[in-house]
Amino acid sequence: MKYNMFDFSVVTNWFNNLLTGCMPEWAAILVECIVIGVVLLAAYSVLAMFYIFYERKLCAYFQCRLGPMRVGPWGLLQLFADVIKMLIKEIISLKGTDKFLFKLAPYIVVASSVVMFACLPWGYGMQMINYNIGIFFILAVSSLGVLGILLAGWASNNKYSLVGAMRSGAQMVSYEISMGLAIMAIVVLAGTMNINELVLQQQNCWFILQGHIPAIIAFLLYIIAATAETNRGPFDLPEAEHELTAGFHTEYSGISFGMFYLSEYLNLFIVSGVAALMFLGGWMPIHIPGWDGFNAVMDWIPSIIWFLLKAFFISYIIIWFKWTFPRVRIDQLLAFEWKYMMPFALANLVLMAVCVALGWTF
Amino acid sequence: MNLLLEISNGDLAITAALTGMALVFAAYWIARLIGPKSYSVKKGETYECGIPTRGESMIQFKTGYYIFAILFLIFDVETIFLYPWATIMRSLGPDGLLCIAIFMFILILGLAYAWRKGALKWQ
Repeated sequence: MKYNMFDFSVVTNWFNNLLTGCMPEWAAILVECIVIGVVLLAAYSVLAMFYIFYERKLCAYFQCRLGPMRVGPWGLLQLFADVIKMLIKEIISLKGTDKFLFKLAPYIVVASSVVMFACLPWGYGMQMINYNIGIFFILAVSSLGVLGILLAGWASNNKYSLVGAMRSGAQMVSYEISMGLAIMAIVVLAGTMNINELVLQQQNCWFILQGHIPAIIAFLLYIIAATAETNRGPFDLPEAEHELTAGFHTEYSGISFGMFYLSEYLNLFIVSGVAALMFLGGWMPIHIPGWDGFNAVMDWIPSIIWFLLKAFFISYIIIWFKWTFPRVRIDQLLAFEWKYMMPFALANLVLMAVCVALGWTF
Repeated sequence: MNLLLEISNGDLAITAALTGMALVFAAYWIARLIGPKSYSVKKGETYECGIPTRGESMIQFKTGYYIFAILFLIFDVETIFLYPWATIMRSLGPDGLLCIAIFMFILILGLAYAWRKGALKWQ
């Protein structure tokens, strides 16, 4: 399917031809893998730093403060200062911890979030991993992150960490179900799980409009579940400061804490990116059928900017939640998921299936 | 095959996972290189708000979490079963809808049973 926007695969194909022209195939693939790794690493760290700054500024504005202002213009250099501060701190080795598991936990958490990150469609022809079960793969990998958190809490040999990790685990696995069911409603509508096809199907009309009522309900369910999945907003009780210090990463110091921090912000970006992809058209611009001039102007804006703007918008909503709602208790949290969200998501799935079977979609 | 290059998706997933691990490894390495090092007995102690810690922390813990883990297992497997149906729902038509309605009915019965038994209540 050809589409009237800048196709990034032109660049990658050129690069591929260039490499295969001067070296054997296995070497070309190796070089390409290394280049992809470096690009991923750069994108991951830049976005993480941007997100930390974004959240700090937004938090400040919600509370009528200015936020970081001293380091650089509007505090822009604050993010580098934060990273340097974390890097030059000592990594304390504690007695009584399980050394191997304690070290292993950040690896699992970060690796799982990088794999999810690589699945997102960044723009037209700009996607790394493209399984035909794409969206399901993202959900599957996201549940690996829970393992890292449970390990971190267990290996710390600290009661606060243990309780924090248990809460975090219970919360993340519970909300994963309604997240999966909300996404499944859109899969019913689209009839595919391939991320690239999902985006291309939204060319004329985004899924949230195509599926009207059930899609809007699915979107709301997804946003709530995503907030809980990333341990944010009113659902941040794994690290409720007044009772558990810092939850599962109480005993982590310096950059080993920084890694959890990093992956937490990146997970915020990833859930926002998935919401943009499933409901708001991914990198697809706004198209109004019949308005050719308008559509041409929208096509002129690069696809990567569309994707990032949609993701930032959804992140904005999730950050907004945090400063609007008070924190819930663990029993309220689990009851909300199992007694309201999950049955509701199941009913919504049936509603969507009926709508699709009867052809009541746009 | 992905959109970018002619590399298999499995290789790309492994590349991404290794990239994440390399990031953590590099961060640890740099921190060890430039960070200060000092040792004292007090510093290595567990931080529980300054109160001396009591007993083991790697213990068997509250069964409440365990029940939710079991429930999660049931409903997550159910999600896995539903995904293939969701993908080909359009071509299955009304028959598929009926079949999955029976499957969902059994599931909801299970949820109702767990609810009735008080498994969803936090203790």
